[in-house]
Amino acid sequence: MINIIGAGLAGLSAALTLAESGIRCRLISAQHSERAQSVLAEGGINAALDTMGEGDDTGLHFEETMKGGVYLADPNAVRALTENAPAVVRKLADIGVPFNRNPDGSIMLRSFGGQKKKRTAFAQSSTGKMIMTALIDEVRKYEAQGLVTRLPHHTFVRLMTNGTECTGLRIRDTYTGKMYDLNGIVIAAFGGMNGMFPHITTGTVTNSGTAAAVLFAQGVRFANTEMIQYHPTTIGIPGKRCLISEAARGEGGRLLVMKKGYPWYFMEEKYPELGNLMPRDIVSREMFFAKREYGTAYLDMTGVSGDVWKNKLSDLREEIMHYFPLDPKKDFIPVEPGIHYFMGGIYVNIRHETSMRGLYAAGECACQYHGANRLGGNSLLGAVFGGMTAAKNAAAYADSDSGMNEYRDDEPLIAELPAGSDERLGDILAGGLGIVRNSVTIKSALDRLDALQCTVAAEKVRKELGRAMLLSALGRMESRGAHYREDCPETLDEFAGVTVSQLAGGAVRITFEDIPERNDNGSNV
Amino acid sequence: MEVTFDILRRRSAAEKPFIQTVTIDGGRCATVAEALDLINAEELADDPIQWERSCKQKKCGACAMLINGRPRLACDTKLSEFRKSRIELAPLKKFPVVRDLIVDRKVIFDDLQKLGAWLDENAEADICGISYEASRCLQCGCCLEVCPNFYPGGEFYGASVLSVSSRLAAETPAEYSKRIYGAYNEHFYRGCGKSLSCKDICPAGIDTERLMVNSNAAAVWKRGKRKKDRQ
Repeated sequence: MINIIGAGLAGLSAALTLAESGIRCRLISAQHSERAQSVLAEGGINAALDTMGEGDDTGLHFEETMKGGVYLADPNAVRALTENAPAVVRKLADIGVPFNRNPDGSIMLRSFGGQKKKRTAFAQSSTGKMIMTALIDEVRKYEAQGLVTRLPHHTFVRLMTNGTECTGLRIRDTYTGKMYDLNGIVIAAFGGMNGMFPHITTGTVTNSGTAAAVLFAQGVRFANTEMIQYHPTTIGIPGKRCLISEAARGEGGRLLVMKKGYPWYFMEEKYPELGNLMPRDIVSREMFFAKREYGTAYLDMTGVSGDVWKNKLSDLREEIMHYFPLDPKKDFIPVEPGIHYFMGGIYVNIRHETSMRGLYAAGECACQYHGANRLGGNSLLGAVFGGMTAAKNAAAYADSDSGMNEYRDDEPLIAELPAGSDERLGDILAGGLGIVRNSVTIKSALDRLDALQCTVAAEKVRKELGRAMLLSALGRMESRGAHYREDCPETLDEFAGVTVSQLAGGAVRITFEDIPERNDNGSNV
Repeated sequence: MEVTFDILRRRSAAEKPFIQTVTIDGGRCATVAEALDLINAEELADDPIQWERSCKQKKCGACAMLINGRPRLACDTKLSEFRKSRIELAPLKKFPVVRDLIVDRKVIFDDLQKLGAWLDENAEADICGISYEASRCLQCGCCLEVCPNFYPGGEFYGASVLSVSSRLAAETPAEYSKRIYGAYNEHFYRGCGKSLSCKDICPAGIDTERLMVNSNAAAVWKRGKRKKDRQ
């Protein structure tokens, strides 16, 4: 029996991999898979399928992923990811993901940021939802066989450890309030740390960031937590930010600001080769500077053909018109960069093992594949492949099921956060971890963090994870990918390593570790 | 403008329901979801309304509830739609209440499992052009709430299995389609009274009539799949 926390894409992928090998698992999630953040993913999933006659190959996918991440990712893990990507996408097609197709029936690919070839398989502009639907149905087959046991409306409370090793976990049924202890290997697949920034990310509001913070407080090592992706094109909607997919630019959308009364397509002028499809870190930073000088930035999709709107972006147009009194076919859309993805997270190796034996991590909660900046289309891929890899490696340690044992004593971690507590922390972190940072704003955020009063246990653990993020940003005295320091604008070789954070003896410790050497065994994980 | 909410609350399934009335400044929030957040943060911080939500942009189906008697997503319901400044919120009625606006929609997933809602063989590319449409289903339960034929525990599973079985039928190679067609006949076609209330209510705007026409043609009238020009 293996316990998976999270029933989004990485969790489902892990569950399917285990079930296909005849290994039983539990899928533990706060809500059903249909409510997972993965359903919000829009643009697509990368794989060098080379169906567009452009001569693409997995080597180029590897190189562009490494370059996009400014060489901070584990090259062997990225090689495994990119070499397996075509098989991953073909498997998804086999389980019924309705990818857009070319006239010859092959999977159609679109252009995406940081990639010179068309490499992103897509299902209009709802790729995440389409993949989730197919995976949910596929996993259901194994639920019926008793290989996958779903525990919806259950939240993670804490790991059970014997000091150094994870031996299981405690969960809470949110419907009844009862708690249970479950033994066995744990795969964390609970998504990114967007809950640390309430109301200002494109993620779900279910994610509170507390699960990650609890693992951090239990001594699990985290990596590159300063690497936060701001997606260039988001719009503010009630209570959160809404994503306008990179597919909008992949299909011809252009970014501009108004300069002396005329549109200035700054990305096209500054980066003639990839233009609006530069990697997201660069686009967001350029938008930041352009907006600082000229005010509102806009997305111009007026040149996108009716055929593309109908067959590739139908949901996107409907969504924009729902929130704005404008028609993207005719009007410019006001957009702003918004927090979208966490490249950093639980430190894992190529096998998705964490620093704690018995605990694995996959999907956005893990720090793997994306280095200092993730390319669009690599997150769905990383979630599916990461879930498969974690499951494959965890499978060897699966033990027999010892059932769910009700736990009845006090559990300080389940006390509700006081009203407004998460916003206060989020405000401090956002102040120090913007698109453009410097030591003054980071130190000021750390001072505010020190002064933050915490009363319940969950607040305290969240505060320490926040501190790790700020200290990581302070310690990386260079600019790389999503981490741009105005006071240290150069990319320096001495920082070409992983920022590792760990809570030890009550204090957050930051160290830099080398990135693994590249070898030729990448795809064999 | 002041907006008054009458919210049907219940501490647990075992306790009696009661109506809590809260008035807020409607100008400070655009949607019912936002109003609930505001109410919980400011008016009822010590005893917040329990409700499920996740994406807040009508893509996950978590926040389905009865809004003035109609099942809708709270995140997709704008306060500006209402002429009266009094809005009733209640949990969906066809599912057991957990507390306040939270209901247990377990029956949806149980029925899908009983239906055998999965592919037996590798999918073939969808020639009907309905797989994408069907895959958009949120499994929110709004269609079941308004359906005159659906009741939990019955043999008719409602439109939430229509969407899934439509996708599966569209992608199952003809020689393997007997099982999914049979399940569709037994648990959807036979019990559906064609009121099409599901089509009107679906928050994802899924054209359930089109899914039905397609599935009926293939599963009931054995006309094979209705081809559509590939998009």
